Amino acid sequence: MPAPIRLRELIRTIRTARTQAEEREMIQKECAAIRSSFREEDNTYRCRNVAKLLYMHMLGYPAHFGQLECLKLIASQKFTDKRIGYLGAMLLLDERQDVHLLMTNCIKNDLNHSTQYVQGLALCTLGCMGSSEMCRDLAGEVEKLLKTSNSYLRKKAALCAVHVIRKVPELMEMFLPATKNLLSEKNHGVLHTSVVLLTEMCERSPDMLSHFRKVWLLVPQLVRILKNLIMSGYSPEHDVSGISDPFLQVRILRLLRILGRSDDDSSEAMNDILAQVATNTETSKNVGNAILYETVLTIMDIKSESGLRVLAINILGRFLLNNDKNIRYVALTSLLKTVQTDHNAVQRHRSTIVDCLKDLDVSIKRRAMELSFALVNGNNIRGMMKELLYFLDSCDPEFKADCASGVFLAAEKYAPSKRWHIDTIMRVLTTAGSYVRDDSVPNLIQLITNSVEMHAYTVQRLYKALLDDISQQPLVQVSSWCIGEYGDLLVSGQCEEEEPIQVTEDEVLDVLEGLLLSNLSTPVTRGYSLLGEILNRIKKVVSVYGSSIDVELQQRAVEYNALFKKYDHMRPALLERMPIMEKTASNGPTEIVQTNGETEPSVPDTKHPPLVTQPANQANDLLDLLGGNDVVPVIQTTLPTKPASAGGELLDLLGDLSLSGGPAPAPVPSVPVSQPPFLLDGLSSQPLFTDIAAVIPPMTAYNKNGLKIEFTFERANPNPNIAVITIHATNTTEADMTEFVFQAAVPKTFQLQLLSPSSNIVPALNQGSITQIIRVLNPQKQQLRMRVKLTYTHKGLPVQDLAEVNNFPPQSWQ
Amino acid sequence: MQFMLLFSRQGKLRLQKWYVPQADKEKKKITRELVQTVLARKPKMCSFLEWRDLKVVYKRYASLYFCCAIEDQDNELITLEIIHRYVELLDKYFGSVCELDIIFNFEKAYFILDEFLLGGEAQETSKKNVLKAIEQADLLQENLDFQIRLFPAPS
Repeated sequence: MPAPIRLRELIRTIRTARTQAEEREMIQKECAAIRSSFREEDNTYRCRNVAKLLYMHMLGYPAHFGQLECLKLIASQKFTDKRIGYLGAMLLLDERQDVHLLMTNCIKNDLNHSTQYVQGLALCTLGCMGSSEMCRDLAGEVEKLLKTSNSYLRKKAALCAVHVIRKVPELMEMFLPATKNLLSEKNHGVLHTSVVLLTEMCERSPDMLSHFRKVWLLVPQLVRILKNLIMSGYSPEHDVSGISDPFLQVRILRLLRILGRSDDDSSEAMNDILAQVATNTETSKNVGNAILYETVLTIMDIKSESGLRVLAINILGRFLLNNDKNIRYVALTSLLKTVQTDHNAVQRHRSTIVDCLKDLDVSIKRRAMELSFALVNGNNIRGMMKELLYFLDSCDPEFKADCASGVFLAAEKYAPSKRWHIDTIMRVLTTAGSYVRDDSVPNLIQLITNSVEMHAYTVQRLYKALLDDISQQPLVQVSSWCIGEYGDLLVSGQCEEEEPIQVTEDEVLDVLEGLLLSNLSTPVTRGYSLLGEILNRIKKVVSVYGSSIDVELQQRAVEYNALFKKYDHMRPALLERMPIMEKTASNGPTEIVQTNGETEPSVPDTKHPPLVTQPANQANDLLDLLGGNDVVPVIQTTLPTKPASAGGELLDLLGDLSLSGGPAPAPVPSVPVSQPPFLLDGLSSQPLFTDIAAVIPPMTAYNKNGLKIEFTFERANPNPNIAVITIHATNTTEADMTEFVFQAAVPKTFQLQLLSPSSNIVPALNQGSITQIIRVLNPQKQQLRMRVKLTYTHKGLPVQDLAEVNNFPPQSWQ
Repeated sequence: MQFMLLFSRQGKLRLQKWYVPQADKEKKKITRELVQTVLARKPKMCSFLEWRDLKVVYKRYASLYFCCAIEDQDNELITLEIIHRYVELLDKYFGSVCELDIIFNFEKAYFILDEFLLGGEAQETSKKNVLKAIEQADLLQENLDFQIRLFPAPS
């Protein structure tokens, strides 16, 4: 068998391959040759073959069949073999495979080898990839080598010990005695690795940490070493650009940081040396700045005096002005960490930080943005917001979402005026609208409703913005909603703050129709738009959506259609403006009252419609119904679970009710309802509130001719002015009462709402009952009185009766 | 340090040193993604980037990218110095090192790295001492009879 080709030869050959396929072919051929060579247990060329295999492995080809060969190489007596063998082990083996454990014995032997370079190989391999089992087995050997006088081995043993501790923390204790004398070494390699070892121990064990502080008096030792480094003359061996062993300096500073953290005495002991390093280190090259950076981190983390802290922040401020972008980057990172604790000091560098928003580097921009938001306060909000909005305009898409959220948050906290706040939000929506988070739309709507005096201004601006651009979804959503709500203001042209624009209803409608037709609008947006349309055109447009694919749209469309057809008279009340929403503390889905806020142009409407009292003669016979003010569905988070159109049932005109998720805002009907007479039909068949029943005794309201009607009470939470009465109708006669209808009327000062009954048959002989819910609003807390009218068919004959109910328990209305 | 990668401008891997255990598949995935990310960086950008939960420090020397993944508490600026020191060592050893040297002598590049770093930390801060150790190990390799204990440890 000819000798296997040399490594360099193979590399050269493979590099001549012109295609991936050609390369693969060469590799496969060589692998086959190597495999057969392995099979022959050829000792001479094993090393060469494994080396070739390692090359092919680096190219990405599988090489696992060489794992055992590596072990054989490690066990060989030749140094060359061991070198490649250990390298192969580090590249091909890992602790997941049991094979690696076979190494343990070899390593053990090599750790005790007579040649330090072999020992070095073993230490290196163990310290690089030793598994926990291997570490357990060999910790003793490592500990022995930690005590040797051979600094070449000592430094390697120290780092190997670090690895052992990381893998098996319980073994930390055993290295303690050997570590003690490490710092008295002169050799920098040993010093450096010892500091690393001490750092690892301190980080893992608070007990060790305080032992080092108090018993070993580590801090003065480290301070002395550091001082020698700085003060000593030029040492060619360790010099880097005029600084003596920067690697060691940085590690010492890091260990000092851990020792000084939350410890006054230690912090004081290192105060001087930190000041010295901070002021004397040469800053023209990266290496000096690396040391300054570490110093700053240490100063900020320990209990340093304020003068030192200011010094540190000023260093960071100088870093921000450095030409080297790496330095600027670390400065911003560090400032971000300290901005909470040293806010005022960081504020002094605000303008430099804001300049960094214009930096070309993405990471720097991101940090500058985060830091800018952290620095915004009541004093600088206007100026900062200008910069941040400018940044929002021009930044990369990856930033826009975070920036927009940050702007919203800052505006919320520090807005100097409502108008400024709304302007700012509008600016965000118009420039980065597609990137704002979903929850910002309801939040914004909530904000707008709360700024009552700004309604006209807001809706005008939104309308204008809409005219310009309908591609940004959140903007369109908010605008549609507002136009829906405050469209009357828009149309009437009232606005104190800006020049009124004359907008006709048709123009508004054009815009909204345009929205609906535009491909850019998502279904959600279209849902919003549907809210805002006006009567005649609505019917046309809405019926189109009756067969829309999207369930929610379809449902709303069908509901609105039904609204127009059957319940046209109810529309004005339903179309009342929504009450001001209370702010919910949670960020969860905000529960918002969902009614169509548009009122017909023919209905005279001002912002606060006066109380319209009913014609007096209607009190007795007719019923009051509340408008939909109490209903609380969720706008957009989930689709309603009810199917879109229901056959014979009454439609749930006001959307699905969500009783979960977030506190419901108190549905205070702050806008009194104007009340044309309505017919009987009940609205939603679902109970509106599940209440904690305040115990109010039930009462019998009517008991005649075998028909008994009982009232049971609940207090509606959260509005204590609403009493929820459930009527239970039972029949003691032997014939059913069919077509049973219960009607009720209340005095003027009350408002009453009747929901649908469970059925209209009262079964005979108490075999069942009809239940029906009445809700009475009693804001003036007057004594509750009710007139009821009952109609039913009994034994084929129609029956009708009227009765007064006066015996309400006091708790039901007090 | 968690790992160090050397790769060319075409994304070909020239050296990979892993200081934390990873499955082979995972190593490949990480390598592929990180190489792509670094190669996509523009020249004006800074040498640091956040990647997954690590900090990555990279620097280009001629046609080779040197890329290190460090942990949160590690100092990025000194890592740049570590990379530079390694390049200096290679340069001294090979005499004006270029990518080809590292391609054809990859095992030597590993040996040098293993004399400079151990378990992801620097074991020797003197350039001279690292080179001396390599020199002597190379002599040992050539000398088939290594029973002779060579020079005392460099101090």
